[in-house]
Amino acid sequence: MTDAPTAPAPRPRSQARAIWDQFRTHKGALFGLIVLCLLVLFVVIGPLIWQPEKLRVAEALKVRNLGPSWRFPLGTDQLGRDMLYRMMQAGKVSLAVGFIAMMIAIFVGTTIGVLAGYFRRLDGPLMRLTDMFLALPLIPLLLVLVMLFRDRIAQVLGPETGAFVLIVFAIGITSWMQAARIVRGEVLALREREYVLAARSIGAAPRRIILRHILPNVISPVMVAATLGVAEAIITESVLSFLGLGFPPDFPTWGRLLYDGLQYMQLYPERVLWPGLAISLTVLAVNYIGDGLRDALDPRIRGR
Amino acid sequence: MPDASPRKLVEVRNLKMHFPITSGILRRHAGDVKAVDGVSFDIFEGETLGLVGESGCGKSTVGRALLRLYEATSGSVVIDGVDIARLGQKELRRIRPKMQMVFQDPQASLNPRMTVAAIIGEPLAEHTGLRGNARLARIHELMDQVGLNRAFANRFPHAFSGGQRQRIGIARALALNPRFIVCDEPIAALDVSIQAQVVNLLEDLQDRLGLTYLFISHDLSMVRHIADRVAVMYLGQIAELSPRDALYANPLHPYARALLSAVPEPDPTLESSRRRIILAGDVPSPANPPKGCNFCTRCPQAQPVCHDVKPPLLEVTPGRHVACHFVPPITAAAGSTGGPEASERNRQGEDR
Repeated sequence: MTDAPTAPAPRPRSQARAIWDQFRTHKGALFGLIVLCLLVLFVVIGPLIWQPEKLRVAEALKVRNLGPSWRFPLGTDQLGRDMLYRMMQAGKVSLAVGFIAMMIAIFVGTTIGVLAGYFRRLDGPLMRLTDMFLALPLIPLLLVLVMLFRDRIAQVLGPETGAFVLIVFAIGITSWMQAARIVRGEVLALREREYVLAARSIGAAPRRIILRHILPNVISPVMVAATLGVAEAIITESVLSFLGLGFPPDFPTWGRLLYDGLQYMQLYPERVLWPGLAISLTVLAVNYIGDGLRDALDPRIRGR
Repeated sequence: MPDASPRKLVEVRNLKMHFPITSGILRRHAGDVKAVDGVSFDIFEGETLGLVGESGCGKSTVGRALLRLYEATSGSVVIDGVDIARLGQKELRRIRPKMQMVFQDPQASLNPRMTVAAIIGEPLAEHTGLRGNARLARIHELMDQVGLNRAFANRFPHAFSGGQRQRIGIARALALNPRFIVCDEPIAALDVSIQAQVVNLLEDLQDRLGLTYLFISHDLSMVRHIADRVAVMYLGQIAELSPRDALYANPLHPYARALLSAVPEPDPTLESSRRRIILAGDVPSPANPPKGCNFCTRCPQAQPVCHDVKPPLLEVTPGRHVACHFVPPITAAAGSTGGPEASERNRQGEDR
């Protein structure tokens, strides 16, 4: 130490700053963050800049299945619609579904996992509930959910918002189980750690112990589950849309574009390429960000 | 003892800590691991009571049950006039600052994701209204007290050596000005050179702050250094509870004798003539302790009576309590720590 003993000790440094400093050193994470930002800009700002021409049906039929050109940078689809604009529209929905569904799944999963792991009495019932959800066949369950509630929610919120809310909720509520199991296992081990015992000997309430000692230490597995969850949610949404139970047919999502393009893949492979690339890029970017965040949040790795 | 004697800060009476064993699909209760089976002792204000014994004899369980980190099966733990074992959660929380704990593994007892300042400040956040600068000032004061550089406040536990981590743990225990600290093998995970530092720190703090320690350890030489009185535990019960010098000079219980004969002697000539008492066999399972004296299966002096009757912990000479049939107790009239009444209270695990 170079400072004299009389020198005032430094104020506690902001954690956010240290985390960001570490995050920046992770090249993949930084790359992922840039890619994700570009994708978000593409879908949010893009439609404001790129306005497709309004074509009448007769005109649209003339410009079907075009390749890339200055007029249609990504070509047109089988109905003469501008692919670039559809990609932007689709991305907005897909990204929103992916992130919100993941957040719901992670929130529910972490809550149930922590409660089951920390409170012994809740362990049995909550884990049996988790098993029950795991045992349910996912796709039929989603189909039933959508069938039962789509019209009712559509009446209240309109067909598109209604479908969005329903799909996000349906995906979130059927994909929290892995996270719950992982978190419970971690919490079971953490609960017996001596620092938790020390917190109890201080008289800290369970809520405080969970927030201060348990949750920060289960962040790594949660982060992994979350990054995988985004990809899974985007794919599940496209499966639902493909089965005709997601969004209305003319409402584009990346998954939907992918499946629409599938029929024409041999003639116009770019029709599949663009949405596929967008989904892959999102998943990859989120994975790298998750990786970087996990490292940045761990003080043992930070500052090394 | 006359009234001038130091006040009892901690009174433990017939403390039992049984962990249930369940078996089968229905998780039926198949028995108990009797980790602590009827332990009674007092700790006087300002003294250090050493608690020694081999691994698995229930030392740490006693320490944790004392702070009610485990719910004791039965018995009472009176700390400063309040029975900890029967308090509700709210009152318990209010009394927590009086008693703190220093843990064995300094690595495991510090949350790796909290800075030193946050770790030491946690008890302050829980129990005092100190905020911002006032809290930071108290944290720095505590760091000074345990000999940590203030500049380390923003570092994380992984950046410290074992001894420094243990100092952080001690600072956390001191944060609320406790009167009683359970040191659960605080030096077992440390290097020998660091052990001395930490023990000296503990002694310093005791002198300065008037602390009372329960010092749990299996390091007999270290206990000899720090403790005023020593309790020897075997299989969940106290075999002998004596003042340090008397115990080390002349252990009365056969188990204490065997245990102390294992302490190496620094003088080579004495060491070569040291006679070790090697016990035969293994420690019986605490789930199924022997019927009479729990040491009877390994005791070199065991007689038929030992296999049938459990010897109570009786006062044999003033201040010395031994649980053995063959160490004659002093007569009730001798009148020291409480005579027959004390012996009555010190009975171990008979009224099951």
